[in-house]
Amino acid sequence: MATTATTLDGIGAHPHVDAHHDSFVRRYIFSTDHKIIGIQFLLMSLFFLMIGGILAMFIRWQVGFPGKPIPGGGVLPETMAPGGIVLPEFYNSIVTMHGTFMVFFAIMPLLVGVFGNYLIPVKIGAPDMAFPRINMASFWMAVPAGFIMLAGFFVEGGHAAAGWTSYAPLSANPELTGVSTGQVLWSVSLIILGLSSILGSFNYITTIVNMRAPGMNWFRLPLSIWSLFITAILVLLAMPVLSGAIIMLLFDQTIGTHFFRPDTGGQPLLWQHLFWFFGHPEVYILILPGMGMASDIIANGARKPIFGYTSMVIAIMGIGFLGWGVWGHHMFMSGMNPTLGTGFMISTMLIAVPSAIKVFNWMGTIWRGNIQFHVPMLHSMAFVSMFVIGGLSGLFMASTPVDIFIHDTYFIVAHLHYVLFGGSLFAIFGAITYWYPKMFGRLMNPFWGKVHFILTMITFNLVFFPMHSLGSQGHMRRIYDPTQYEFLRDLQWVNEMISMAAFVLFASQFIFAANFILSWTKGERAGPNPWNDNGLEWSLPSPPPHGNFAVTPTVYRGPYEYSSPLVTEDFLPQDLKLEGNRESAAHAAGH
Amino acid sequence: MSWFLPPGASTFAGDIDWLYYMILIMTGIAFVVVEVGLIWFLFAYRNRPGRKALYYHGNNRAEVIWTSVTAIAVIATGLLSAGVWDDIKGRESVPAGAMMVGIRAQQFEWHFKYPGPDGQLGTADDDSTRNQLHIPVDTPIVAVMTSDDAIHSFFVPAFRIKQDAVPGMTIRVWFNATKAGKYEIACAELCGLGHYRMKAMVTVYAKDDYNRWLGDTSRRSASASESSSVAPRPVAMNHEGGSH
Repeated sequence: MATTATTLDGIGAHPHVDAHHDSFVRRYIFSTDHKIIGIQFLLMSLFFLMIGGILAMFIRWQVGFPGKPIPGGGVLPETMAPGGIVLPEFYNSIVTMHGTFMVFFAIMPLLVGVFGNYLIPVKIGAPDMAFPRINMASFWMAVPAGFIMLAGFFVEGGHAAAGWTSYAPLSANPELTGVSTGQVLWSVSLIILGLSSILGSFNYITTIVNMRAPGMNWFRLPLSIWSLFITAILVLLAMPVLSGAIIMLLFDQTIGTHFFRPDTGGQPLLWQHLFWFFGHPEVYILILPGMGMASDIIANGARKPIFGYTSMVIAIMGIGFLGWGVWGHHMFMSGMNPTLGTGFMISTMLIAVPSAIKVFNWMGTIWRGNIQFHVPMLHSMAFVSMFVIGGLSGLFMASTPVDIFIHDTYFIVAHLHYVLFGGSLFAIFGAITYWYPKMFGRLMNPFWGKVHFILTMITFNLVFFPMHSLGSQGHMRRIYDPTQYEFLRDLQWVNEMISMAAFVLFASQFIFAANFILSWTKGERAGPNPWNDNGLEWSLPSPPPHGNFAVTPTVYRGPYEYSSPLVTEDFLPQDLKLEGNRESAAHAAGH
Repeated sequence: MSWFLPPGASTFAGDIDWLYYMILIMTGIAFVVVEVGLIWFLFAYRNRPGRKALYYHGNNRAEVIWTSVTAIAVIATGLLSAGVWDDIKGRESVPAGAMMVGIRAQQFEWHFKYPGPDGQLGTADDDSTRNQLHIPVDTPIVAVMTSDDAIHSFFVPAFRIKQDAVPGMTIRVWFNATKAGKYEIACAELCGLGHYRMKAMVTVYAKDDYNRWLGDTSRRSASASESSSVAPRPVAMNHEGGSH
């Protein structure tokens, strides 16, 4: 068996090799099939999404009802919540870990790990990733990283409590928080996870550059692949910066170096510069794939070619490029030279331009379409409308004088959740529902999909929209008990309302979870192309076999030829050969 | 649930609030145009029997228009902001002759220092208070900020001022209170388990009242014991701060 498997991997999974010869472990656990690895990432990151969600509920309980015992919270240990009442130090750990799990173990792997793996080969017409075993290694490094991160809750002193941004010296000096082991585990986990991401990203880049099917030139690539390509470049360049910074932080914590500890000559702002030099490209890592996949789904839902494909591609590149020059906007209040602040404000303002281009192009795409309201389309339209709010609220913080007032208030909490939840997570829900039939051969239930969508859309806005108002009143973020402040006491009813809505939002996600699990065996059988899409993956059976394409497809056109006058159907697959040379003439007429 | 900023009590409130409302109106218009457009399109072009979508790949003129309109709007916002920013935080912005105050942040307290009769900070005749800042109205104050341990952030919502206090750095920040009263000072940067209760109070006096507070010697001995219950005794407080 072992030799068979090795040979199979060595030649990059030829389609004629029957995958059934592999053992269960080789097929489903230590698999080199990009589709299985994608599904593994999906299950892992949905698990961590739930962990992050539970932590968010703790936050909302404490902020909404400070000092009141959590119902059923008596089971928590004395060191976290004696009598069910959350301790301030535990609250800081929860806030830190909510951000850490959501950013690094939920949203990022959901977008990059899941869809990067699953979609790239099947959408470009390749049998697998360029380096299948490195791909497997990437997943099997992410898993221990996750367990190490979870382990922090069970060590003495509690988990890391310096925020997901881990500002030094709070993170670097255990005396300031009372947390030592937890903070070290945080660092170790993210170093391993960073390596996992780097392995994944050069695999994606190599695959997209070298393994496109004949005819799949750069301007016939789906926007999902373009965005994953630019994202992979950002990951490859940004992750090493984070890893380097965290290694320095780890040394400060453990072996007495003083990169970031001022008591021994270090510089706390160095950590912020390094962290955000990674952290701002990271923000675009967390949104670009969502933009790309939503573009694919919106064109499909509108039954119309994407509006301004070229400007969409240029906007993705523009965001990827400008994203490197805006990190200082996280540091306007840090004591950094104020002239630098002005420069970062202008670059931040400029990055609004490509984002706006994308929004207008999505509007142009649905204009005069024939819109199908399938569940992925609903989520994608929610993605656009929520991303608009997140983008516009960003202008307030980009303006340095306004930022003086709203920096580190609930305004930024509202903003980042409109981008990461309203944006990324809605795109992820849409993408999971869209590609679920390809992954598992069955459709998710559309009725319960719509119920989940409507409840999520309403409660999401009830939770996060009022946070703008809290921020405009100066309500600080990461505050264990807002009632300590006289000027916040009148706002406490808003906090209570937000918390109630958050509980419903959380509960609604179980509808999605149940739909996801039950449809696996009970969903309606999908067939190869349930959405009448043009992409190469929809020419494959659902689920596609190991090695994907029996014959390497030839690509004749871009991915968004919906409602083309050349055919009677309203879609025209990328690999369908038409007779004669009507193609180029019709394409020119479409402009 | 209010979208208006709380009442301001410093010279910065005018400019910052104006910019906030300008951006609120600008983004509000963009928000309505885009969201109404989206909903309208979703309704008007919903799937109908016999309808066929327009086979259309885009329009360069539209791209140029919305790209340049957006670019002009955001760059104009940036330029307007740049001037205000420079007036508040620029290295040259501190008015000449501003009154010096020392702010030393520590887990989880604020220590304030005032120059004694010699007008110099860091000399033997300095006065100090804990968690209580006392300043005169209509007087530019320049605070020299340091931190003993973690990063803290000095935030007075009513003054529209915020500045991180970073250990190992000395950062100057200035402001000029325009209304006598009492206002809350908050720590805005996560600084440890007591972050949420690292609060203080700033009392803004009319100029005469401030001089009386300054001349009150019993205050000095009391503040030496670092008791936070020190109250500005001889002061008649007629104004309650408009901070809520």
